[in-house]
Amino acid sequence: MGVDIHVENLNAWYGQTHTLKDINLQIPANHATALIGPSGCGKSTFVRCLNRMHETNPIARAEGTVRIGDIDIYKDASPVEIRRRIGMVFQRPNPFPTMSIYDNVASGLKLNGFRNKRVLDEVVERSLKSAALWDEVKDDLKKKSGASISGGQQQRLCIARALAVDPEVLLMDEPASALDPVSTAKIEDLIFELKSQYTIVIVTHNMQQAARVAENTGFFLTGTLVEFGKTHKIFTNPSDKRTEDYITGRFG
Amino acid sequence: MSSLRRSAANHLVTTLAILSTVVVLVPLVAILGYLLYKGASSLNLAFFTHVPAPVGQQGGGMANAIVGSGVILGLASLLGIPVGIGAGVYLAEYGQGRLLGKVIRFTADVLNGVPSIVMGMAAYALIVAKQQHFSAFAGGVALAIMMVPTITRTTEEMLATVPHAVREAALGLGIPKWRTVISVSLRTASPGIITGCMLAFARVAGETAPLLFTAFGNQFWSFNLNQPIAALPLQIFVYAVSPYDEWHRLAWAGALVLIAMIMISVTLVRIFANRGALKGGH
Repeated sequence: MGVDIHVENLNAWYGQTHTLKDINLQIPANHATALIGPSGCGKSTFVRCLNRMHETNPIARAEGTVRIGDIDIYKDASPVEIRRRIGMVFQRPNPFPTMSIYDNVASGLKLNGFRNKRVLDEVVERSLKSAALWDEVKDDLKKKSGASISGGQQQRLCIARALAVDPEVLLMDEPASALDPVSTAKIEDLIFELKSQYTIVIVTHNMQQAARVAENTGFFLTGTLVEFGKTHKIFTNPSDKRTEDYITGRFG
Repeated sequence: MSSLRRSAANHLVTTLAILSTVVVLVPLVAILGYLLYKGASSLNLAFFTHVPAPVGQQGGGMANAIVGSGVILGLASLLGIPVGIGAGVYLAEYGQGRLLGKVIRFTADVLNGVPSIVMGMAAYALIVAKQQHFSAFAGGVALAIMMVPTITRTTEEMLATVPHAVREAALGLGIPKWRTVISVSLRTASPGIITGCMLAFARVAGETAPLLFTAFGNQFWSFNLNQPIAALPLQIFVYAVSPYDEWHRLAWAGALVLIAMIMISVTLVRIFANRGALKGGH
């Protein structure tokens, strides 16, 4: 099941650049939340701060409190533990090219030392079914490389891989921006399915996409969270002038 | 007019490229052909089963040198490959921008250009002089030191070609960094790293100079790492500069066997490494 995310006074820097300024936000469990805003506004940095992926960049640092469920991710656990509970799907599909489809899905468990073959088989099948990919790949699970399937399939494989470690939260950083419209529609359907079981945070450039999949939407601009609320309200009756300018296409 | 010029330029460049290829290939093929012509006639079963015959006697072989080369190269690979890959991993994954990383990279580049005889002298000073006797072990160490820089730099370069996104995928799954390096980065870069190891192996397999005063050579069987041991390049060297026709013929045969051994081992590693490859992977 998904859990709530509480963000208090989150600030982030890349070197000297202050990329996130005093972000305060409550993301409800088992809903999809969209983050929109122009390029460079800090929305990708924000999701990376939610599973401490920003720490893989040596010049990045973050301050503030992020509570996911009942754990304070900067105090109570290591980045490795955090990332097992908070899955991530990236902008470009990034399957492991040397691994089979099966091993890609099983990698999160296998590379953490889990070896029970019967359980692995079950997890791989369940995850691929959840990612709506099972029927397309079930005959080539161990024969084909994760890099040999189409881009849209690769992205669903990456979603299956993230689901296999049974996370509570799924972060998606522009998961469909590198895909064609048909594959994009499949990813959106999938988000719709998955949000009953996971808390989903999706960064997107595509405002229609935000409107289609997310109950709540946040608008970022130059490192600040300008407005956060029901998607319906943000898109029809925003309270901030800057949000209105952005969604009506006046800038960004 | 301009299209005429373009097509003329195109033909010129293509011809030049083909010519350079021929210039490179002719001596290579000539050497291999001459080696086959001179060496094959002296190859017989005895060459592979007998130790060298005493001076003045006909026959004899290089069985001990073939095995000796195998022992020295095996030892060199056992020492050189892990150290070389380890240093390459440090450079690519941990040492970015650090002083130690820069020092290792610089040392590897310098070491790559050091003449092989100097490697032999180093192993002589470090091991032979201390132990007061020549040994197979000293020969293996000398060749291992020669292998390390090539392997280190290839490993570093191959790891640098692994997309950042692939590492991120692993870290994002909560896989620890050391595990990501071993099971994702190294695995993705493995074809290139194996090529680097094979290049280093092939290069040292024919080295004579580093073995002259380390492994030293031996006319008899020896399997003791602590004793002087025969090696094909050494045996070829001794026979080639000797005044006897019989030894000259054996030297040709030895050179042919040495090249064949290198080609067979490189091919075997390739086949073995490709066996687990998947459809559509890299």
